[in-house]
Amino acid sequence: MQRKTFIKGLIAAGALATLPLTAAAQDPIIIGEINHYKRMAAFAEPYKMGMELAIEETNAAGGVMGRPLEFIFRDDQGEPGEAVKIAEELMTRDGAVMLTGTILSNVGLAISSFAGEKGYVYLASEPLADSLVWAAGNPYTFRLRSSTFMQAAMLAEAAAKTNATRFATIAPNYAYGKDAVAAFKENLLKLKPEAEFVAEQWPALFKIDAGAEVQALERAKPDAIYNVTFGPDLAKFVRDGTDRGLFDGRDVYGLLSGEPEYLDPLGDEAPEGWTVTGFPWYDLEGGPDGEFVKTYQARYDDYPRLGSIVGYMTVQSIVAALEKAGSTETEAIRAAFEGLEVDSAMGPIVFREIDNQSTMGAYVGTTALQDGKGVMVDWEYKDGANYLPSDEEVRALRPAQ
Amino acid sequence: MEFFVAQILTGLANASSLFLVACGLSLIFGVTRIVNFAHGSLYMLGAYIGLTLMEALPGHFGFWGSILLAGIAVGLIGVVIEMLVLRPVYRAPELFQLVATFGVILVIQDLALLIWGPEDQLGPRAPGLRGVFRIMGEPIPKYDIVLLIITPFIALALWWMMTRTRLGVLVRAATQDREMVGALGVNQAWLFTGVFALGSALAGLGGALQLPKGGADLLMDFTILTPVFVVVVIGGMGSLPGAYLAAIIISVLNVFGVTYIPQSTLVLMFIVMIVVLMIRPYGLFGREEVAGEHGQVGEPEEPIKPASAKVRAIVAAGLAMLALLPLYGGNFALVLTTDILIFCLFAASLHFLLGLGGMVSFGHAAYYGGGAYVAALLVTWTETPMELAFLLAPLGAGLIAIVVGWVCLRLTGVYFAMLTLAFAQLLWSLVWQWQEVTGGDDGQVNIWPADWLNDNTVYFYFALIFSVGGILTLRHLAHSPFGYALRAARDSKRQAEATGIDTRRVQLLAFTFAGFMGGLAGALFVFSKGSVFPNELEIVRSFDALIVVFLGGVKTLAGGVVGAGFFKGVEDVLTRFEYWRLVMGLLIIFVVVVAPEGIVGSLRRAWRRFGPGHSQADTATEERRT
Repeated sequence: MQRKTFIKGLIAAGALATLPLTAAAQDPIIIGEINHYKRMAAFAEPYKMGMELAIEETNAAGGVMGRPLEFIFRDDQGEPGEAVKIAEELMTRDGAVMLTGTILSNVGLAISSFAGEKGYVYLASEPLADSLVWAAGNPYTFRLRSSTFMQAAMLAEAAAKTNATRFATIAPNYAYGKDAVAAFKENLLKLKPEAEFVAEQWPALFKIDAGAEVQALERAKPDAIYNVTFGPDLAKFVRDGTDRGLFDGRDVYGLLSGEPEYLDPLGDEAPEGWTVTGFPWYDLEGGPDGEFVKTYQARYDDYPRLGSIVGYMTVQSIVAALEKAGSTETEAIRAAFEGLEVDSAMGPIVFREIDNQSTMGAYVGTTALQDGKGVMVDWEYKDGANYLPSDEEVRALRPAQ
Repeated sequence: MEFFVAQILTGLANASSLFLVACGLSLIFGVTRIVNFAHGSLYMLGAYIGLTLMEALPGHFGFWGSILLAGIAVGLIGVVIEMLVLRPVYRAPELFQLVATFGVILVIQDLALLIWGPEDQLGPRAPGLRGVFRIMGEPIPKYDIVLLIITPFIALALWWMMTRTRLGVLVRAATQDREMVGALGVNQAWLFTGVFALGSALAGLGGALQLPKGGADLLMDFTILTPVFVVVVIGGMGSLPGAYLAAIIISVLNVFGVTYIPQSTLVLMFIVMIVVLMIRPYGLFGREEVAGEHGQVGEPEEPIKPASAKVRAIVAAGLAMLALLPLYGGNFALVLTTDILIFCLFAASLHFLLGLGGMVSFGHAAYYGGGAYVAALLVTWTETPMELAFLLAPLGAGLIAIVVGWVCLRLTGVYFAMLTLAFAQLLWSLVWQWQEVTGGDDGQVNIWPADWLNDNTVYFYFALIFSVGGILTLRHLAHSPFGYALRAARDSKRQAEATGIDTRRVQLLAFTFAGFMGGLAGALFVFSKGSVFPNELEIVRSFDALIVVFLGGVKTLAGGVVGAGFFKGVEDVLTRFEYWRLVMGLLIIFVVVVAPEGIVGSLRRAWRRFGPGHSQADTATEERRT
């Protein structure tokens, strides 16, 4: 079925390209997409490309409810206040039926709070903060991507299977880093009560003093290291750590470290043997994710990043919700999202009724070097549904409605 | 012991880049009095250019040659910036040039994105220097050792240049007395260009030299900016040995901080800066500032006078138009105007401090964000009714301002500015770090106004009343005896004190009141957005206000408000386009060059010269002044 839509998509995309002025028979359904296209360009660009691919496919296949789908992309400069203003404009002036987007958690939380207050549906595509669907959750906010907690739980599960007992952590000194460490600790101690944490390092975000951090970690003589740093911090940490032999004979667990966004800039200095969450697009064949990679590479002269598939799945989720709702009324869309099942590019996912979190999973594997590039090997797709706290715990976390 | 030595070596290696960038900034400030915010951008350019060259040039020679060439290339870029952007505005009010450099930051950010793309680039390894040396058994990367050997040589070379060459003599002379150097027949323009080029080249060199330890990314311009300013201020602005010592102190302390108090990474350097400035108000090796001691650079400010009947009528008509907005504007127009009004109040509060008080605060966001957080925390933790929280917010901000002002007012000029920045950063770090109470980076959400205010139209009127009321109060104060005393303290502290004005108390009061008004703006903000995050306390927010005040016109009463209204409006339009930062940067530079007195100041001048009713007398004053 995926292949059929793909071919149909290609044909129709070709037809559209030759007839660019064909007017749509119906008014488009407008979705407001808010993101940090400039500030986080390396992440937002592939994400947007993934979205555009899915939008083209949807419209080539006749749109949603017979109407074409249209996204308005707006840049919020990574400022929560700005994002709220844009959200208001999209909903009240541009006629958007719902909101989506954001990578940064704080911007996602700002839009979520706004959406909850004003009664607009918001699908948070990429922000990872746990509080988005738990402590600060509201009925109008849904989240697609597997959260910090879920991905940390996957790594904790892998860490529990080893003999390591002395753990050290290094995480950027802000909410995401702290949540990621707390979730890892909680899950690891559940599975391996004898584990102890011998060092916790908290470099300032994007201002890591790698040499000093590596020395401090080395001094604690841990068996295993849990890394949450990313971006330029990760590059510096890996380089200094490799030079000083920090990773020799130690297990290392890297949250998000296997995503092409973070792994590729490391080139031939990508660390080997780390257990990471990421996106091994090069290995995906068959299955909906393999199809996605093929379509993406056929459409663009580029390979997909994790953001690309998240963008693609965001559109898939919105299309599924609109079709289930059969209407563009906010209440109908909101109700449709609850318990919504989507045949996504990562396989079937569900937006859980209990906390509006989707069960999108993550790929967990081991890093290796191939042809001078870091890749993930021996990976496995872990279904997000298995890495969430129990229903009672979730109920306790979410504010009473 | 071994570990201790290894840590000191790591710290010394880290000091290398920091020193190069900082001494460039220090030189530029010493001679030209320009606070060059674009210095981080020059550092970033050095990294990117070095990277590109290293890919083209192989081997040992290629690597080290690339670093040198990157320095030279950035030096040339510095020449272009100085001649096109800064030279036209040397006679503008003190610190006005920093606005121009801010425009340069925006332009370089977008150009770098265009040329090098969004992905982070890992720096290449220095050939032959992969791996570690063992020093007392501890592994130290080879490149670190090389860095820590090179840096003293560069420092020595600079020191030699400053003390033993003619150029150095001129630079030192210009640092002490620019006008005298000019009077003795030295071509100041070229001296300034030369020094700016040298400073830029050092920044570029620093950027290229750190490549094997990191790489190049688009955020590195702002990342380096704060530590560099801290180093320059601790060392004493304009002092090279000071910059070197400060870079080492900061880097080594940071290494120990990381090991023994891992949570300290955010605040350590600001605490060091505050301590140093408390003991030595002009940094370790700095001298008391000469410029700006008696009045300000540029032409004297004309006395302010109450608005004429005509102006009052125009303002009243404008306010009436605003008040009727809900009748003809859509919902979004209301939301946008509310944002602009809030920002105008924020800018006006800074303008009060800066224009009337002559106190340049780089940390005004502390009161804006502080007010917003006071309101948000009261609502979250004590379930204070919104109305009460709203009233307590400016009081809380004023309280913060009293404390900060009390400490900072011991200093003047740039040191004062940097100390306010340090306190703003401390507050930011506190909010960022204390997650249990403040929510950290995840902020405070669901802070909505009371039910009766929740409608956009009602909230618009609410914001209109408080913003306009606040702005008018600030304006009224300027004409009150307090305003006169404040301006007297600004223009001549000694004379003011001789007439019996307690200048320190007057300034502290003004500082507190500006903080109070900033807090009011913050409270309006938090309830209009429903959430607040540490962004509102960041340096960037302080700069937003600073820039619109300068662009609007420091030496005019309406400058802050007009600048804020204009730029917030323009921003809303521009951000819809792809390369808006480029356009915004160019627009800022354009305004700076064309209207060095700010929008209001330049309009007023044009009005006097060409407008109706201009008299012989006006033209005469005008000519005398120019």
